[in-house]
Amino acid sequence: MAEAFAKLKESFIFNFIEGARWKYITNGLWVTLKVTFFALLIGIVIGVVVAMIRSSYDKMKDEMRPGLGKTLMTILNTICRVYLTVIRGTPVVVQLLIGYFVIFVSTTNTVFVASMVFGINSGAYITEIIRGGIMSIDNGQFEAGRSLGFNYFQTMRFIIIPQAFKNVLPSLANEFIALLKETAVSGYIGLMDLTKGGDVIRGRTFSAFMPLIAVALIYLALVMFFTWLIGKLERRLRSSER
Amino acid sequence: MKDDFIISTRNLEKHFNAGEVQALNGVTVDIRRSEVLVVIGPSGSGKSTFLRCLNLLERPTGGSVIFEGTDITAPHTNINLCRRRMGMVFQHFNLFPHMTVLRNLTLGPTELLKKSQKDANAKAMELLERVGLADRADAYPSQLSGGQKQRIAIVRALCMEPDVMLFDEPTSALDPEMVGEVLDVMKKLAQQGMTMVVVTHEIGFAREVGSRVLFMDNGVIVEEGTPEQIFEHPRSERLQGFLSKVL
Repeated sequence: MAEAFAKLKESFIFNFIEGARWKYITNGLWVTLKVTFFALLIGIVIGVVVAMIRSSYDKMKDEMRPGLGKTLMTILNTICRVYLTVIRGTPVVVQLLIGYFVIFVSTTNTVFVASMVFGINSGAYITEIIRGGIMSIDNGQFEAGRSLGFNYFQTMRFIIIPQAFKNVLPSLANEFIALLKETAVSGYIGLMDLTKGGDVIRGRTFSAFMPLIAVALIYLALVMFFTWLIGKLERRLRSSER
Repeated sequence: MKDDFIISTRNLEKHFNAGEVQALNGVTVDIRRSEVLVVIGPSGSGKSTFLRCLNLLERPTGGSVIFEGTDITAPHTNINLCRRRMGMVFQHFNLFPHMTVLRNLTLGPTELLKKSQKDANAKAMELLERVGLADRADAYPSQLSGGQKQRIAIVRALCMEPDVMLFDEPTSALDPEMVGEVLDVMKKLAQQGMTMVVVTHEIGFAREVGSRVLFMDNGVIVEEGTPEQIFEHPRSERLQGFLSKVL
């Protein structure tokens, strides 16, 4: 027992302490968090905008008079639908490679590219989550807002979105956690994220167990932490209705 | 003397499903200031559709609505500005569940009328006082009874200082013992000279408070007159049949 423990300790020192290799892990962790954070931000912005276009088009298409406004909405709606179909219909790794080697060729800033690609990818899923949330709000809420004199966007902003957001928080949290884990493929474009960091150590030390298990444990800890945090936030939000 | 009428409708029509369902079939009404117009009729008669057409929550497929001299069904009318002056109360209250009562009442005044939060609060508290709910200002809608919710909903509309109040079956979703408190508030409002259009099944209210009663069926006005004419001397067979069922 003591022998096994000593072996483990030796392996730990060899993999992480020698040559300050732990820095691959900490730097990688920082990169993973940065990419996840920016991607989430981009994803939520895209998600809210696209969800609003999609749901307002569905709501207004019957009563809008033909004209510039309607043509514009139809075009926007079509763009959004194409976006959703393409992004959800192709693997994120392929999108990442296309983003790096085809679209953002002029930059070598892989954090930027990864944030953009994961943001645009996650935006498609967040759109559907938020659209579901908007549709789950009783139409009477919408009518009450409009009857007071709020226009469509004010009604969305003050009345529908705050309620929808609360309803979709659990799904949004799931998406965030999925996103955090998905960024592990960033190594495909040479980004030194957490996974890649662990893998680099494996390449240096020729021992797979210690660095890969460490990486897995860090992901697990992150996910558990964020799950706990979101649960707390959810309880706070819900308590405002009691 | 166009100002005599606060709302006029001309030949109002509403079709659903590409003309398959005709909810309104040419309704022409003039509503005077300070009048309490009560609309009754069997379900499916189009009375709610008529009311919802007055502030364009339902867009009429034909005819026009003139509100304070403006044709609000014309293409470029700013309906949002007009709606500020037309309060509406719904069957299912539609309070905003994520806001306190006070915020429900002040959202419109602060965001639309650009009142300061302090002024809006003062006005809201004054009106809450009048409906006896000042102590619930910080509650959330889910903590209120149905009757309280509806009284708050009425106050929410009043906080915008409207020229006319539209009521869409305001007591139909309430437990019987709560109907009275809401009708009392509406009665007081009528006594203060508020113009009101009320779609309701409360014949007692119509008789006591209404200055004019419309009886609608199949999307048209079948009979109109004072409460006495309508309830004591109904002329048409359809109204007689309807009254025999509800009285």
